[in-house]
Amino acid sequence: MEKRVFIKDTNHVGKKERTRDFYTAFLAQLRERKLENDVQLIRVADIGAYNQGFVVHIYPDDFLYSNVEMQDIPRMIEESILGGKKIDDLVCHHISKQFRIVLRNCGVIDPRNIDEYIVHDGYQAIEKILSGYTPEKVLEELKTSGLRGRGGAGYPTWLKWQFTRNVPSDQKYVICNGDEGDPGAYMDRSVLEGDPHSVIEGMMIAGYVIGATKGYFYIRAEYPLAIERVKNAISQAYQYGLLGENILGTDFRFDLEIRLGAGAFVCGEETALIASIEGKRGYPRPRPPYPSVKGLWDKPTVINNVETLANIPVVILQGGAWFSNIGTGASKGTKVFALTGKVKNSGLVEVPMGTTLREIVYDIGGGSASQAKVKAIQTGGPSGGVIPEDFLDTPVSYESLQKLGSIMGSGGMIVMDANDCMVDIAKFYLRFCVDESCGKCTPCRVGGTQMLNLLERASEGTGKREDIEKLKKISLAMQRASLCGLGQTAPNPVLSTLRYFEDEYLAHIEEKKCPACRCGALFRYSIIQEKCKNCGLCAKNCPAGAILGDRESGYTLDQEKCTRCGRCFEVCRLGAIFRG
Amino acid sequence: METAELKETVQNIVNEWKDREGNLIMILHQIQNRYGYVPREVSLQLSELLDIPLARIYEVLTFYHYFKIVKPGKHRVSVCMGTACYLNGAPGLLNELEHLLGVSAGETTQDGLFQVEVVRCLGCCGLAPVMTVDGKIFSSVQKDDIAKILSDYSHKEPIFSSGDTGSQA
Repeated sequence: MEKRVFIKDTNHVGKKERTRDFYTAFLAQLRERKLENDVQLIRVADIGAYNQGFVVHIYPDDFLYSNVEMQDIPRMIEESILGGKKIDDLVCHHISKQFRIVLRNCGVIDPRNIDEYIVHDGYQAIEKILSGYTPEKVLEELKTSGLRGRGGAGYPTWLKWQFTRNVPSDQKYVICNGDEGDPGAYMDRSVLEGDPHSVIEGMMIAGYVIGATKGYFYIRAEYPLAIERVKNAISQAYQYGLLGENILGTDFRFDLEIRLGAGAFVCGEETALIASIEGKRGYPRPRPPYPSVKGLWDKPTVINNVETLANIPVVILQGGAWFSNIGTGASKGTKVFALTGKVKNSGLVEVPMGTTLREIVYDIGGGSASQAKVKAIQTGGPSGGVIPEDFLDTPVSYESLQKLGSIMGSGGMIVMDANDCMVDIAKFYLRFCVDESCGKCTPCRVGGTQMLNLLERASEGTGKREDIEKLKKISLAMQRASLCGLGQTAPNPVLSTLRYFEDEYLAHIEEKKCPACRCGALFRYSIIQEKCKNCGLCAKNCPAGAILGDRESGYTLDQEKCTRCGRCFEVCRLGAIFRG
Repeated sequence: METAELKETVQNIVNEWKDREGNLIMILHQIQNRYGYVPREVSLQLSELLDIPLARIYEVLTFYHYFKIVKPGKHRVSVCMGTACYLNGAPGLLNELEHLLGVSAGETTQDGLFQVEVVRCLGCCGLAPVMTVDGKIFSSVQKDDIAKILSDYSHKEPIFSSGDTGSQA
């Protein structure tokens, strides 16, 4: 089998030359030995270890070496790649806090090739089930595992399946929810692109348990590569007889099709998603009846998120008891987070539930990307909330995050530093929900817009003290009276920023100041004449022509014309532009 | 585009999907992928072929952000406004684009060369801030890079993403 070698410079983030030199040297030595066609050398963006010098990962032997130097290349080639032996003094002893179940195959196998999935225990779970598990036994296994929905709400997967199974019907459906709308989360895309067969296998198991013969992938149109990979995976599964009739010689039958989303956040909500698959506007409808009773084309339907489905084959193969040993309390297994924002090592991380937020942000993420201190993190996207730095020692679970006023959500985790304004963040998320509100129910349609107006006022310096009470009141109405999850959770970012950072709101409203200098109307730029050397760089770069003067007489800033774009602040090398 | 050719293409797409349930959105996707938008005459033709009211088609077209009903500019410049990009300076990029091209988000330059738009999240949050031109992703973009990127495209022919998405499973 072909070998794959991943390399990554884990010390000098952003210095591409060092990696390039190492890569070139490695490649040259492979060529000398005429190995360039048998060994694939890949520079990767993330290798799971940090601050360990050059890290080299050799597949399929799974040798992980750290602090590798140029002179180690020959012996790695001779002993490990050709000889298949581990070099003990290079082995990476850094114990990763990550644990990969969902992402087990991502980056390891070629997702376009079904054989590689099969070699990595692929389609073994469905085989095991078809050769002797009753649907009840599968449900039992899932119940033991404690697996809960990874899309956000955390509903026990076995229960959802059991409800659907218990409804008698001539036709039932399985839907994979790949409408990853949360801005800042991309684990579903990565799984669909990196390991599509694991999701297909999960859907097959769901179909077997509930008695469905047909399944749909619902994928965002914004993810063309994911669509292509899934399409290819489905047709390969058909070729291998893993989809269609008489699967693996049994009378189990399962068909799969793809349906595309079209850029509507609300379609991540299950009843809206169903309407969209039916070819209609993505309007949600009141529940009950739940999709498990009346779903797609009024037939009982199970809808699971991509990440949930990718867990299923592992639960079956390793057993529910094994799975339930990972994690904490009522949250079992692992969770994938998209760690992004102002963090040094940005990327997807998969950690066991119960890992603390601090471990994720600092030990894996490497802390703040700049000099500025980490101020808060945001989880759960537009339906979630912010968690301030002081609370980072909280272990991750569905309940603990909810207690802090946020949610687990689909797994976006955005790190914010001292330069980020909490009112601005709340406004960003709320505007997202206002734009995405389908308009069917009044609390969400009108409430969201009114709240946004109040926030706009605060950031423009015309806010009033009583606005804070109003925000809280409208939030309550939206949470209680909105039709679907979008409206019910839309106030969360506002409420959680109010809870932890009310002082910032008050600074905006009463002092007319934006402490983070983000809200354009509440701070200004000016030139510190003592520091200015009249170089004129700011005047040259100002897009609004707001900096007047010349090199002889000096420069002044016209506040009327200034658009607060910050260009002068960025280009000045003398620190002569004042912001505040 | 030639009317006869257009009619035939639409007919072919409809034939492929006609017997499948909930086909309207998938048909519209294929049309948009081919032409960059859904022209009104196509909607009229679809309404006849599928035997559904025109209003039903426009109801769907106007609900979903992804569908366009006016002809797009030659090159489509999209700035990602996902949270990670937003925090890492995407608003500044949009400002710079609007300043350079003299249009606001959602508009096309007078010469029809560039269309500027804002997209929700491209799912490349680790590379923030990102923008795309005709689907090609530019990562960790700085304000100063934009003029160069645009000038590279001002002479290029657009490449449409492959027209076939998810048609046959």
